[in-house]
Amino acid sequence: MKRAIQMSAIAVAMGFAFGGVAHAQNVKIAFIEGLSGPFGGVGQNQLKHFQYAAERFSGKNANSGVNVEVVPLDSKGSPQEALALLKKATDDGIRFVSQGNGSNVAGVLIDAINKHNERNPGKEVVFLNYAAIDPDFTNSKCSPWHFRFDAGVDMKIEGLTNYMKDQKDLKSVYVIGQNYSFGQQVSKFTEEMLKKKRPDIKIVGNELHPLGQVKDFAPYVQKIMAANADAVVTGNWGPDLVLLIRAANAAGFKGRFYTFYAGVIGTPTAVGAAGADRVHMVSYWHPNAELSQIESVYTGFKQKFNEEFYTVAAVNAVRFLVAGVEKAKSTEAVPVARAIAGMKMKGASGEDIEMRASDGALQQAMYIAQWTKAGGAVKFDQENTGFGFKTVRYLEPAMSTMQTSCKMPKR
Amino acid sequence: MSVLNGVSYGLLLFMLSAGLTLIFSMMGVLNFAHASFYMLGAYFAYQVSSWSNFWVGLLIAPILVALLGGLFERYVLRKTHKFGHVPELLVTFGLSFVILEIVQLIWGRTSVDYPVPPSMSGSLFKVFDSTFQMYRGFMMLVAILMLVCLFLILKKTRIGLVIQAALTHPDTTEALGHNVPRVFAIVFAAGCALAGLAGVIGGNAFITEPGMAQSVGAIIFVVIVVGGMGSLAGALVASLLIGLMQTFAVGLDWSFAGGLARLGMDITAETPGYSLLKLKLSQVAPILPFLLLVVMLVVRPKGIMGTRDD
Repeated sequence: MKRAIQMSAIAVAMGFAFGGVAHAQNVKIAFIEGLSGPFGGVGQNQLKHFQYAAERFSGKNANSGVNVEVVPLDSKGSPQEALALLKKATDDGIRFVSQGNGSNVAGVLIDAINKHNERNPGKEVVFLNYAAIDPDFTNSKCSPWHFRFDAGVDMKIEGLTNYMKDQKDLKSVYVIGQNYSFGQQVSKFTEEMLKKKRPDIKIVGNELHPLGQVKDFAPYVQKIMAANADAVVTGNWGPDLVLLIRAANAAGFKGRFYTFYAGVIGTPTAVGAAGADRVHMVSYWHPNAELSQIESVYTGFKQKFNEEFYTVAAVNAVRFLVAGVEKAKSTEAVPVARAIAGMKMKGASGEDIEMRASDGALQQAMYIAQWTKAGGAVKFDQENTGFGFKTVRYLEPAMSTMQTSCKMPKR
Repeated sequence: MSVLNGVSYGLLLFMLSAGLTLIFSMMGVLNFAHASFYMLGAYFAYQVSSWSNFWVGLLIAPILVALLGGLFERYVLRKTHKFGHVPELLVTFGLSFVILEIVQLIWGRTSVDYPVPPSMSGSLFKVFDSTFQMYRGFMMLVAILMLVCLFLILKKTRIGLVIQAALTHPDTTEALGHNVPRVFAIVFAAGCALAGLAGVIGGNAFITEPGMAQSVGAIIFVVIVVGGMGSLAGALVASLLIGLMQTFAVGLDWSFAGGLARLGMDITAETPGYSLLKLKLSQVAPILPFLLLVVMLVVRPKGIMGTRDD
């Protein structure tokens, strides 16, 4: 009896010891995103990406056992709410923040985090931006605490216009976007780069509409068609792209679409058969990317949630965070930020990706993909439409890299 | 084509505001929850059409909304009626939040997939290159049918006569042996049914989401103020006006900068106030209805066809 008690005491003590090791490295990410409101559908879907990425690439699936826990906080897409939630997260001792939907929100978060870190040494916060791609964030407004895992507007438009340049039959382009920092940047860069690369292409329209407010895009589509546009370039995302494409299909628009986010939840359904061979997407990955290394993540996610997986940036954010914690041997923000800056890895296409230290922008490959009937190169269709994306151009990281004007302060 | 788009949008607005203005002229109370009934119509139709098909939804959803509206009038609004207009207004205001939360609890905080029926997604006809979707035509047809029915009921039937009498002289009508409270309940339910019908049709033409009540709520108040409080004809004119105005404004790239440049002035990015001057009419299109509201209240407070002078 005595012996049994002794044995169990030892077992308990050992359990504590091992348990202590296993739980020491738990990192929380405050996922501040619009989880309700007009863009709530996209936010909810991105949250699943993060949760799934944490499941697949941290905890028992990471060699070191570093576990990432995602704490969802609903900002309703509003910058003010996001600020209040950032305060809540820092008060709760969370050191890593992630957000992506809306460069307007990301902008205020970057400012607030800069101030917070200045005023609270020892309690710094790092921002893992997975989708807000205003290029200012890695140029004029660059911050040592901000890491962007998506490609910037400048990178995407550079790749897109390089492809459009070779489309000889393209004579006129209409640019339409959401009226906030991101949409304005898309319109500015498209106009600039097209003028340089193909001065003969006419920009027949450059339109900005209110973000998330327009429910009836029919008048905009009328305008596009009246301008005789061969193609539409748009950075619209979520319902703003769904409704635009739906209205274009209803009006029988036959021109091409060059988009950033045609693969985002709900959009493939809206594109449907009517968009075949006309709708394009510029992105850092797509499900039928020939060089894809993460097919099991794509299929696993689809199986688990019955939704499409497309935000590789969520996977990369989690992987860099885990690797950063491992390298820094700490879960504090400053050493982890120093470890992530300049870190190199293999990307979703097996390419060498690098979190460039000089501006906090992930250097990665880019794809231009076209909406095509499933079969052959199109292994996976999207949202059961029978259509999926096919690579029409692949750009290695070196080809899509952009200069930065950032003068990075010390981390 | 723009005309047709504008008219179809305007008619949808009319379907919405007709019920609101009817209720207002009858009870003298603005129903703040009216747009919420529009949202309920869309969600009910989504639910019913996911079980059976769109046409069943078209029939059942407005009836469900009418039932809810009738119950609300009978058990809540009628009780607050004796306390005056302000409590009535507040009750409907509160109801709009309750409906919003309930909708979010049941159907979630994001948009639901409520598609246009496949038989209606084809094109009706072509103008130059652009096609006019059959569903838009259907929207117009339903609105016009509703307009005709409403007119016939109000002007040609006995019930219409009683309603009109109860509008202006409720006490006398009651003295003549008519059940005025019941007439109120019927009108309220019918108004809600119209909003529900608009929801069934607007929900899949545009988008079905918890924010849809808020986004049309403001516009329909503009419609009834501009049209004249309590005037059906005014609401029709104002709806069409706003529908057309928004559609055409989107198509116009006029700006102050462009106008001044035509007058021979040199406008560049360095000109003071350039960011304001370069604003195009198409960019300000969404605020035009509210501008119209302000102008109308200043110039003609009773609205286009309003008769009330108080």
